[in-house]
Amino acid sequence: MSRALKLTLGMTTALSLTAAASVSAKADELTLCWAAWDPANALVELSKDFEAQTGTEMSFEFVPWPNFADRILNELNAGGKLCDLLIGDSQWIGGSAENGYYVKLNDFFEAENISMDDFAAAAVNAYSTWPKGTPNYWALPAMGDANGWFYRKDWFSRPELQAEFKEKYGRDLAPPQTWDEMKEVGEFFQGREIDGKTVYGAAIFTERASEGITMGATSAMYPYGFKYENTPGSYDMEGAVNSPEAVAGLEAYKELYKCCTPPGYTDSYMTEGLDAFKSGQVAMAMNWFAFFPGLAKDENVGGDKIGFFVNPKQNIAASTLGGQGISVVANTDNMDGALAYIKWFSQPDVQKKWWDLGGYSVHNDVLNDPSFKDSQPFAADFLVAMNQVQDFWQEPSYAILLQDMQKRLHDYVVADKGTAKEALDQLIEDWTETFEDDGKINN
Amino acid sequence: MNERFSTTLEGTADAAARSTPPAVARRLRGLSDRAIAWIFISPTIILLLAINIFPLCWAIYLSFTNYRANRPNAEVKGVGLRNFERVLTDGDTWLAMQATAHFVFWTIVLQTLIGFTLAYLIDRKFRGHAFWTTVILIPMMLSPAVVGNFWRFLYQPQIGLFNYIVSFFTGVEPSSFQMLGDVTLAPWAIIIVDTWMWTPYVMLICLAGLRSIPDYIYEAAEVDRASPWRQFWSITIPMALPFIMLAVLFRGIENFKMFDMVVLLTGGGPGSTTELASITLKREAFESWRTGRASAFAIILFVAVFGLANIYVKALNRVKQR
Amino acid sequence: MSTTAHSVVAPGRLSKSIAGAVVIIYALVTMIPLAWILLTSLKSPPDSISYPPKVIFEPTAEGYCNLFTTRSRQTDEYIESLGPPRGICDEITRKRNMVIVGESNYWPRFMNSLIIGFGSTVLAVFLGTLAAYGFSRFRVPLADDLLFFILSTRMMPPIAVAIPIYLMYRELGLSDTAMGMILLYTAVNVSLAVWLLKGFIDEIPREYEEAAMIDGYSRMQAFFKVVLPQATTGIAATAIFCLIFAWNEYAFAVLLTSGEAQTAPPFIPTIIGEGGQDWPAVAAGTTIFLVPILVFTILLRKQLLRGITFGAVRK
Repeated sequence: MSRALKLTLGMTTALSLTAAASVSAKADELTLCWAAWDPANALVELSKDFEAQTGTEMSFEFVPWPNFADRILNELNAGGKLCDLLIGDSQWIGGSAENGYYVKLNDFFEAENISMDDFAAAAVNAYSTWPKGTPNYWALPAMGDANGWFYRKDWFSRPELQAEFKEKYGRDLAPPQTWDEMKEVGEFFQGREIDGKTVYGAAIFTERASEGITMGATSAMYPYGFKYENTPGSYDMEGAVNSPEAVAGLEAYKELYKCCTPPGYTDSYMTEGLDAFKSGQVAMAMNWFAFFPGLAKDENVGGDKIGFFVNPKQNIAASTLGGQGISVVANTDNMDGALAYIKWFSQPDVQKKWWDLGGYSVHNDVLNDPSFKDSQPFAADFLVAMNQVQDFWQEPSYAILLQDMQKRLHDYVVADKGTAKEALDQLIEDWTETFEDDGKINN
Repeated sequence: MNERFSTTLEGTADAAARSTPPAVARRLRGLSDRAIAWIFISPTIILLLAINIFPLCWAIYLSFTNYRANRPNAEVKGVGLRNFERVLTDGDTWLAMQATAHFVFWTIVLQTLIGFTLAYLIDRKFRGHAFWTTVILIPMMLSPAVVGNFWRFLYQPQIGLFNYIVSFFTGVEPSSFQMLGDVTLAPWAIIIVDTWMWTPYVMLICLAGLRSIPDYIYEAAEVDRASPWRQFWSITIPMALPFIMLAVLFRGIENFKMFDMVVLLTGGGPGSTTELASITLKREAFESWRTGRASAFAIILFVAVFGLANIYVKALNRVKQR
Repeated sequence: MSTTAHSVVAPGRLSKSIAGAVVIIYALVTMIPLAWILLTSLKSPPDSISYPPKVIFEPTAEGYCNLFTTRSRQTDEYIESLGPPRGICDEITRKRNMVIVGESNYWPRFMNSLIIGFGSTVLAVFLGTLAAYGFSRFRVPLADDLLFFILSTRMMPPIAVAIPIYLMYRELGLSDTAMGMILLYTAVNVSLAVWLLKGFIDEIPREYEEAAMIDGYSRMQAFFKVVLPQATTGIAATAIFCLIFAWNEYAFAVLLTSGEAQTAPPFIPTIIGEGGQDWPAVAAGTTIFLVPILVFTILLRKQLLRGITFGAVRK
């Protein structure tokens, strides 16, 4: 878009906002709610352009991840007016659409010539649509994300470690390609003395309260072949959720937890994993791509010392989906302003800048740019990951389903209760009950 | 205060009465005692009805429905006793109850033992006892949520102070055990924090009990040449018992309801090891949003604590009368 | 209370010193976590998570700075272009390659705690005093049942009450308002207040008011001018218990407030820095949050003993 056009657009938006100001005193203020993490800071930076162009005063409510779902869903349910714009998790779409918490954006997209074809299809499906796979849009894809891995490149490249690893396993010490290799590399580093400090294999997600262990364990279970249903949309879970592959995947995750994690990482999620890596305790760590720009720039472990890799394969290639779309909260007092923000945000050059600042644009103009792959050390991995993502249930009852999975997985992996098969069998029972309550399965 | 009172008796009341405008005075004087009683009591009752009883009745109603607070558009249907049946037949409910019972029992035992001992020692009235009593009280002034959050830091196996201190005294490697991550240690981790925080409370009540024992009883025992040991068992303990029981009642009720400290300390983990009843309830009500089922669970909990407390109060009254 | 000694044979000097030593050791041990909070608040973030824990370190105001500000990371060039730092926090922040971009939410949350804590305490004590006098002096039908009903409202787990309150407040628009929280805390506290104050007022001889009424006081005047002054001790004791509850409450606050009316307890655990909890800032927030309640407690420590037993201890 030319500069002149942008200016005109900015002015028209500003004009429409001034017009709206006479109606509502709050019209030139917008509150955007999101989780408190690195990309949120990038968004504040990015939004300064919007403020400058429209004169809107942006305020931000960033909630720490462990409380994010709790607090924001509570806010939506209570009919609160805290957020005008919300970058909500992908699993919330179902409930928020059915309860009318989000504004349906189809008409707006049409009127403003915003096309969902401009965004990566997987992202649109995951972040914007409900019911899944239909062209009913409740959000604009804002932040692509998936679970990925990073490792200490400097440790991996030490000749003495290279030699020792090769002797032991008969291959080069390199980022693991499969979950079997993952365990070997983890064991290799676990308890090793490096630069006078004891280090450990890997930091993985084990958090109990919100979604941590589910997001971590599914990163092992999807590649092994875990599926939610035998046929999508059938709620037919027996033999899918507890298939031998799913069981093997869950067992692999527990083995990795038992053999190769630092002491005390029994309830850890994003921040704990980052701490472990940044303080030089672990050789590898899983975390969301969202943190990679910050990690690459880290004073202690960034730069040459860090490398990134896509979630290891096993039977198939798969990654656990993260990421969010941006929605307009139906209860807002400043509908025009909120929509103006979405329109502004959807522009290709704003999306480009979003990526440059550390946000993950999923706009095709950004992703398909030939220079994209080399723009960041993890950019190519991001493209691979986004093409193989799988997501949790997005049902309106997702919170119950997630709570059940959290409990069953944590009981098995961390608290050593029962077997993997039993945990997944019980999970099917829990989920069946919920789907019966929802009338999705006849009992 | 007494001085002020005696002057009133001497008749300044008239002056005060005169200073009130006659009409108001007459109107006030005109109020019957009954009207005054009503005016005084009703605001409290109305407030409690509005904010305690009405919601409770609503919860009872909800417990017979499939209502979900995050589905405003869904149809609300009566489901009979299904919610209660589900809660009571769910194995997880009973695990939560067991975890709660374990927590309540051990906190009471430890707090009573330590609290009473402290009270007994403070009652020796050593020099500076008033100052040290105030110091001991500080932990119970803190916010349980903030305390739970900070103890999470203290319990961290590598950077936390707790493991380091234990290691200092026992020689065990600090990072070799995890208070919050270990299935056997986590229930004790929450008991330790609660005991640290609330022993002063039990101590205060016990102290009140010890000080309520009149001197002449000990004097009589002295005359009978009862040994200090005998005096302790036949005077101190029985006379202080109602207070100790009161302390047990208050701590029992509070810990049965325990939520904030534990939720921030362990979040119910590892697995569901420290998932107390209130945490399960919160998950049902505000994370899963099965409002109807959560209401049923809430009512079961309320009936349980109310029933147990009632039985206990009867026992307490019997002890008091003795 | 302070002058009675039970045993005719006052405790021997030796037994006194042993008792004193044990109590002092206990007190010191229980102070360790608190001292650690204070120390942590004065550490830099790397010092706070060092292994093994650091007891000796160079104190810094970083925790307090981080508590009150929000910061963002910037390039060296940008920071150099800024000119001299304004104030100590600016200086500390720049050393970490960051700049202060605004104020944090700590202060608004702390103010909410003050408003809601003191507001509900005043209201609960006021209502409680009236009701306690009513129960103490007049024959109220079903008085015992009413009193037990009032007490029993405290036995409900807060989460259980929170479910319908949440729905009710949603309908009435009281969610996330200071008014809603004050009303709720008042309702929770008033039951305690009635019980405590009834104990205190029962002790004030009826003859006082009766004499005053013979002298021409109305019942109301007698209440305000004779009974109230006599009950100040009890009112103070009640106030501190109500305040401790309202000040420290977490469950209702976390479920019923999200921004506008959120108090400090749900806020403090969510203070995070760059990756991970910012422990010095958390400790600083905790320390500041402690001060008012600590001052209040020390001033009224004598009343605590009576209040804690529901007025069951007669002087």
